[in-house]
Amino acid sequence: MSKEILSGNEAIARGAYEAGVAFASAYPGTPSTEILENISKYKEIYSEWSPNEKVAYEVAYGAALAGVRALAAMKHVGVNVAADPLMTSVYTGINAGMVLVSADDPGMHSSQNEQDNRRFAYFAKMPCLEPSDSQEAKDFLKLAFEISEQFDTPVMLRVTTRVCHSKSIVELGEREDVPYREYKKDFVKYCMLPSSARVRRVELEKRLSKLRDYSNSTPINRIEMNDLDIGIITNGISYQHSKEAFPNASVLKIGMSNPLPDKMIKEFAKKVKKLYVVEELEPYMEEQIKMMGIEVMGKEVIPNIGELTPDIVRNAILGKSVAFEVPKIPLRPPILCPGCPHRGFFAVASKLNLTVLGDIGCYTLGAYEPLSAIETCLCMGAAISQAVGFAKAYKGPKKNRIVAAIGDSTFIHSGITPLIDAVYNKANVVVCILDNETTAMTGHQEHPGTGRTLMGESTVKLDLESLCRAIGVPHVRVVNPNNLKATEKALREELSFDGTSVIIFRAPCIVRDKSVWKKPLMVVNEKCAACGSCFKIGCPAITKDKSGKATVNPILCVGCGVCVQICKASGSEKCKNVSIGYCSDICSQICRFSALVEKEE
Amino acid sequence: MNFKNMSVVFTGVGGQGVILASDLLSEVALIHGMDVKKAEVHGMAQRGGSVISYVKFGNKIFSPLVEKRSADILCSFEPLEAIRYIDFIKEDGFVITNTVKNFPLTAIFGKIPYPDNPIELLYKFTSKVYEIDALKIALEIKSPNVVNVVLLGAISKLLPFSDDEWFRAIQKKVKAKFVEVNKQAFSKGKEAISF
Ligand SMILES: Cc1ncc(C[n+]2csc(CCOP(=O)(O)OP(=O)(O)O)c2C)c(N)n1
Repeated sequence: MSKEILSGNEAIARGAYEAGVAFASAYPGTPSTEILENISKYKEIYSEWSPNEKVAYEVAYGAALAGVRALAAMKHVGVNVAADPLMTSVYTGINAGMVLVSADDPGMHSSQNEQDNRRFAYFAKMPCLEPSDSQEAKDFLKLAFEISEQFDTPVMLRVTTRVCHSKSIVELGEREDVPYREYKKDFVKYCMLPSSARVRRVELEKRLSKLRDYSNSTPINRIEMNDLDIGIITNGISYQHSKEAFPNASVLKIGMSNPLPDKMIKEFAKKVKKLYVVEELEPYMEEQIKMMGIEVMGKEVIPNIGELTPDIVRNAILGKSVAFEVPKIPLRPPILCPGCPHRGFFAVASKLNLTVLGDIGCYTLGAYEPLSAIETCLCMGAAISQAVGFAKAYKGPKKNRIVAAIGDSTFIHSGITPLIDAVYNKANVVVCILDNETTAMTGHQEHPGTGRTLMGESTVKLDLESLCRAIGVPHVRVVNPNNLKATEKALREELSFDGTSVIIFRAPCIVRDKSVWKKPLMVVNEKCAACGSCFKIGCPAITKDKSGKATVNPILCVGCGVCVQICKASGSEKCKNVSIGYCSDICSQICRFSALVEKEE
Repeated sequence: MNFKNMSVVFTGVGGQGVILASDLLSEVALIHGMDVKKAEVHGMAQRGGSVISYVKFGNKIFSPLVEKRSADILCSFEPLEAIRYIDFIKEDGFVITNTVKNFPLTAIFGKIPYPDNPIELLYKFTSKVYEIDALKIALEIKSPNVVNVVLLGAISKLLPFSDDEWFRAIQKKVKAKFVEVNKQAFSKGKEAISF
């Protein structure tokens, strides 16, 4: 069989193929996104982007019930959204195998929190497997389907950023021919009326105890006996870090972390002199091991915040602290791309001094300087609901300046119900849907509003305007955010309206749609007054030269023209209205000219 | 076979092709018959932010992450990004950095300016610092997009792989119509530097 270098996510996709999976669903989210993107390359598997994780989990559950192996993938916080069906699906069990891939993000490389979803597996009493590299990601996924069918339960495959996005060598296998399992009506098993749920509740405990026996005998929990001075119990990527830091230590590698192999742990603990638990984030294994009455060191030395590395593990256990002074240099956080249509909206929002309750997507980057326009970010879909509560309770000076900003994909994910709340409960908010016609942040996935599916078919396109009108929003309009005047006018008008309004700011993501690129702009040096106004829109294509004047990098500029409008507006007559940027004295003398012009080819 | 374990850290700015460079290095290590792991982060980091990618290869690799003060080579696509991650380099490790600067917005608005002599700051960590104007070389073959492979060519002189193995990796990972220019870029980068 051939060997390839695969990322953990590619390996999971390959594992799905080899395991005979026929159905896969997900809502994108780093670090899980590439799982479905890669699965969609296999024609043998039906795959879909669902509008959110709850739906993704439920459609996969439906498919497993109907008789085929099904997988749902999501980032850790996605499991919160899917928690409702998850918690009861363990009662009913499934028919054909079902696996939930939870991709956690220790260190919050691209997430709003770093919750440890092993706790979810424990909470739900669901088996949990944790691979530590790409080969295991593929193998454990296949094993997860076997466990799922053997024990009649959905199984969690828990991976983390460093498993998902690290690459290592994987041996490829063939696709297994998995027979269709016919669905049989069984209301006590599948219809969770209290009378059936009470029956299944007992089954759940019986299953858990059988799973514990399994965990004690499965080869994915294994003892590697070595030096007896230090024994390490470890899981997932922490296993690799531990092996690197302590190549001679004895190790109990936990591949199945729910239920934990209690007998194996006790046996291992007896053999070694000093026992450590090396796990990222929560003391999940540690607490259970301590409850077994075993003396062990864990979070006393191993950090519970952020991800681990071999040096962190080594220094923690040896009690060393090593720091190297790196010179102080400017940070380089992610930024809105040059020409990003979100920029126009933020430039105006910041000028009008609005209170923008935000959401999650590329547009959250509008919180950074110099735009500094977004004030909150909690979870997907929260912008509108937050704005409703905020507008009803707020008594401060910016009473009539409260808006919610939410992306198109996020709106469809979980913004629609809050909008219904706003209309139903007569909230005075302006909802700004920043519609760049794609799920940009996670790498430009399709969604119901794009009219295309994950498998590349065209489909019914969700019409946001009609949807908002059907909900009963009194004012719905569409504006191009690259037109600053129109953007300002729309915002001013809707802010003065007493009731719920929706402004759809629609312009395509320039990374996704290069057809909107125009000739790059340039600064006419003699005309530039160095007033600094154009710097305030935070466009990476505009930099400041030694004399403080603007220059445009023609390689980065896509000619969106937002800076030209800002440059023109910095003229003296209009100066009084401009709170973005500032006017220096020289600026007002020559401000009638716009320094930013289209560059000749 | 007995290979020496090595680690290389690539750093740069989102969009510069850091990930392809580390993919190519991983591939060539596989072709050579080594164990190999690499790690990086997708998502937020790609929006013009700072990017780091680790590649480790040899007999048997456990963690995909490189420890502080342990990288044999730090290859940076941008001088500021070389400084940011300079603590990964081991004491006698090689730093190879592109000289073309990319000013982050924070250097324009923030309190800390872009350093005047970024390269000098690197010497505190190792004496083996090498500069290369990879953009100039890439433009010589009229392809500003191959800066990453020019840099790979440069560091290839410190690595145990043959040109033939490198070209096979390029063949496998690069779109057919760009293979030739990438091979050229590789050879140009190799010529441009001597250690
Ligand atoms: C529950 C949950 N699922 C997924 C994500 C990952 N995620 C963050 S932003 C985003 C999509 C944003 O798309 P959109 O709202 O269209 O904004 P854009 O990035 O295009 O500006 C996703 C999927 C998340 N943070 N939380």
